[in-house]
Amino acid sequence: MSADAPARRLRRFEPAALAGVLSHELTIFKRYWLSSTFSSVVEPTIYLLAFGFGFGSLVAVVDGYRYIDFVGTGVVATSVLFTSAFTGLFQTFFRRTHHGTYDAMLAAPVDTHELVLGEALWIASRAAVFGCAPLLVAVAFGLRPGPGVVLVPVVSVLTGLGFALFGIWISAVIPAIDAVNYIISAVLTPLFLVAGTFFPIDNLPPWAQRAAQANPLFHCVELVRHAVFGVRPVADLWHVAALLVFAALMWVLAVRRMRQRLID
Amino acid sequence: MLSDYAISIQGVAKHYGSIRAVDGLDLDVPMGTCLGLLGPNGAGKSTTMRLLTAQAIADTGEITVLDHPIPAESKQARAQMGVVPQHDNLDIELTVWQNLAIFTRLYRVPRAERPAAIDRALALSQLIDRADTKADKLSGGMRRRLLIARALVHRPQLLLLDEPTVGLDPQVRQELWALIDGLRAEGVTILMSTHYIEEAARLADDVAVMSHGKLIAHDAPAKLLAAHAGTSAEEFFGPPARLAEVESLAHAAGFSTRRTGPAVSVLRAEDIPDSLADALGSGGVRRAASLEDVFVVLTGEEVA
Repeated sequence: MSADAPARRLRRFEPAALAGVLSHELTIFKRYWLSSTFSSVVEPTIYLLAFGFGFGSLVAVVDGYRYIDFVGTGVVATSVLFTSAFTGLFQTFFRRTHHGTYDAMLAAPVDTHELVLGEALWIASRAAVFGCAPLLVAVAFGLRPGPGVVLVPVVSVLTGLGFALFGIWISAVIPAIDAVNYIISAVLTPLFLVAGTFFPIDNLPPWAQRAAQANPLFHCVELVRHAVFGVRPVADLWHVAALLVFAALMWVLAVRRMRQRLID
Repeated sequence: MLSDYAISIQGVAKHYGSIRAVDGLDLDVPMGTCLGLLGPNGAGKSTTMRLLTAQAIADTGEITVLDHPIPAESKQARAQMGVVPQHDNLDIELTVWQNLAIFTRLYRVPRAERPAAIDRALALSQLIDRADTKADKLSGGMRRRLLIARALVHRPQLLLLDEPTVGLDPQVRQELWALIDGLRAEGVTILMSTHYIEEAARLADDVAVMSHGKLIAHDAPAKLLAAHAGTSAEEFFGPPARLAEVESLAHAAGFSTRRTGPAVSVLRAEDIPDSLADALGSGGVRRAASLEDVFVVLTGEEVA
């Protein structure tokens, strides 16, 4: 009983290793698709309807958009954030500490960076699909998107990748899961509120407007609105660049920290 | 050109904080043999296993697995070996079949060969009629068999078994021994850590004894017995005062002893001269020397 020795040297990123990690995700998703889809779709939809009708009755037009259209596009970012950051945080934490999932995979020909990339790509893809749900709801309430709407999943994947890696990084930083409360309250909640989702940031004090420029979610919101209502090439290049920098930074931090945690 | 050794460890040390888990280890495992890595808890066995998969990185020393230097080419080495961890890390939400299927992908089994690889693993682990059972519904013995089968889907040349039967009842343990012995007969090189002496004695061609991160003996079980424990031991039962008397008489005559529960064993009983036999008196029970005697002589520690 012996395997043929592989003739070639294995590369740093092996498609087969990524496929293995993704097949694990897909197998689990097939089991839990209903509950995870439900929570990822229903929650932002409730936000959308609550704010759309609640505020929409007070303010008809914001930034030149109908309020329901303004929120309908903004909540895409909220949906992407919730789906990607929370999954990255909780799922990655428990698989590493409680289930030994990653120990098992790293004993096979899979390296930490491949594991992190596989997990993040999966989470980001899921976020991109779920992120479109609020748009469909808004369409039912009269949103008429332009042709650029096909770019929304692309924006969502890029944003989701950054926040999935953020979640994975934090899951490897925190000593115990209760520390997640600090991250949610002090980091994620401000990011999600000061992103131009529910109200434009133009009315905020100048320092808050500058701070919003450092918020990846703000760039996601802008890109989604422009995709739906009309692309603005120059501004959008800047927003895409910001999201790329965010994802790249999170990639470096997540891989380094996960390696420290998984490899003694 | 493959070397004669599946595993070669030279001067390896690994510390965690102030704890020297592995402390200057030299160990070679020849191709096609089964090596039992014996030692009490905390001797460094599990750390040694993790070093071989590059899930721990040595501070110093050199490790080669299937001719691949570790950690530089560890991914290649991992592709050719299977690992059965001490702690069950099956995906308990998934079925037996799904657990195996995922690892056929992680281990790069070509698509066309995956169904056959899964079927073979199911047969090997005797879980054919459990293929659709979720892993958390399996008994402890079944889970352990599945863990072993999962490590074999790609027909590895080398198998690492970390405490394969810990926590299992005796009957299940013997089933696993039969499974492991079958693999050895097929020519798979096996490194098996254990703190069950009997397990090492039954399955291993050679036994390496670790203590405090170091290798303190490495030979065939029979040779270890001959070198360290002789062929027989004489066991005396009695109240504590009687046991203490036996010990002091034996030590005065230059014999080693060990406490075995309510008794004391005098080792190398075949060499006991008549004078000592008279002093010790009757009531001794002669038994064959065991690897456990060797272990206690070498480490001064009792094992489970």
